[in-house]
Amino acid sequence: MSTLSETRPSPPSLARYAICLKGIVWREALRFLHQRERFVAALVRPLVWLFIFAAGFRQVLGVSIIPPYEVYVLYEEYITPGLMVMIQLFNGMQSSLSMVYDREMGNMRTLLVSPLPRWYLLSSKLLAGTAVSVLQVYAYLLIAWFWGIEPPPIGYLTVLPALILAGLMLGALGMLISSLVKQLEKWRVRESSPLLYYVCELNPFTHAVELVRFALYAQVNWVSLAVVCGCTFGFMFAAILAYDPARGVLARRGAPGGEP
Amino acid sequence: MTWARAAKGSANMHDVKSAEAALAIEGLSHWYGSRQALDDVTFALQPATFSVLLGLNGAGKSTLFSLVTRLYAVRRGRIRIFGHDVGPSPGEALRRLGVVFQPRTLDLDLSVMQNLRYHAALHGIGAREARARGEAMLARVHLSERADDKVRNLSGGQMRRVEIARALLHRPRLLVLDEPTVGLDIKARSEILGHVHSLVIEEGVCVLWATHLVDEVGDKDDVIVLHLGKILAHGPASELVAQSGAADIRGAFSALTSASAPDEAA
Repeated sequence: MSTLSETRPSPPSLARYAICLKGIVWREALRFLHQRERFVAALVRPLVWLFIFAAGFRQVLGVSIIPPYEVYVLYEEYITPGLMVMIQLFNGMQSSLSMVYDREMGNMRTLLVSPLPRWYLLSSKLLAGTAVSVLQVYAYLLIAWFWGIEPPPIGYLTVLPALILAGLMLGALGMLISSLVKQLEKWRVRESSPLLYYVCELNPFTHAVELVRFALYAQVNWVSLAVVCGCTFGFMFAAILAYDPARGVLARRGAPGGEP
Repeated sequence: MTWARAAKGSANMHDVKSAEAALAIEGLSHWYGSRQALDDVTFALQPATFSVLLGLNGAGKSTLFSLVTRLYAVRRGRIRIFGHDVGPSPGEALRRLGVVFQPRTLDLDLSVMQNLRYHAALHGIGAREARARGEAMLARVHLSERADDKVRNLSGGQMRRVEIARALLHRPRLLVLDEPTVGLDIKARSEILGHVHSLVIEEGVCVLWATHLVDEVGDKDDVIVLHLGKILAHGPASELVAQSGAADIRGAFSALTSASAPDEAA
């Protein structure tokens, strides 16, 4: 008779975690499919750069043979890794903005009342955003291939872990910014978080580009790998702290959509 | 605080562990900077009861909800949901809690069923089970035929009903609703109020219904009057009316809230 009172045994704990992650990725994918303009916009920026600027600069700029390149490469091939990470940067910032917006709309609240640990929920959301950004990058690589940018076939595979890592780092940075956005209005980065300041000085974006560049040619840039790994963990740790109910900025700011 | 009383007396036949309150709040205080939003709030709700948290805007209702749902950490006092403290064991507490937030929290671009399945996944409910439960819950709120429609195309009242269905998907024993009828017309309001009442009677769910609308209080409801962060009274509506000497709950509420400021020291 009752739809509520029967108590079925809940699935074992590990399965619950897996189901939760799957649900978050699935929702992100659905949202992505519903927002085709977002997909197109994400591709237009790097493609404009590739088609127009790179085509113009190739006459002027030459790139000497430096690792990982073994032969002389054209400018457009040289900037491709930069454009790939740029796609991920925009994606990370966009999901950061949507999280600020989400939170006002209450979707973040829905996420955070799940009984699973908060660090797991935030990490899952991060993974979901990264998956979308990796898809966008591969779509870009496909178009670039028709344009004559042909990294070695194995590069398409070896670049995947680098893209995941870069996507996680930029996504975590976006999440951190989304939780600090009210604070950033008041304080500058250096004052609010010395850690963040030093991280910015390391210039993680450049290292992400170098990591992807080497990976695209089936090589590893160890320094960049270390920096990107370090930044990813640093940003994630800070973002999870910022969303922690006890320490985070939420309690000091007041409720989203509630009382000020 | 003269009328405040612990709601221990109300009988409960649905739950064997009747000694355990569905929601127990003890000495709860909260501040935003130097402004105090909640001041030593204490009350307990028994399983399978309907309680109205009545207070004007700014009384502290949303703060209380943010603390119960663990958006903020409890700094002073305790909140226990069926004996599980939201501080040390948030997972166990949140598992037993269903929430309908005041702002709309559905994903407008997704379908009704997709929203329900997302929520189920957050609670670790597998896809097949989620679909079955979702269909059952939608049937309860008479929205079965809208399952595949985008949420954007629903009316305000229908969205609220979907949110209630969603909040019950993981079968919580406690349902808290923050101003659930804001922005709805009279018909939708009474439908939702009636539906939530039926949940208490048929399913034995404990409901905490926060509102500033006095006319949503029924004669038999348990009423908690929250004003400027303090509990002024707690008891059955009819009892509060009798104690205040007013004609109805509206009179009792305005007598309480207007009297509270000057004679609070007494």
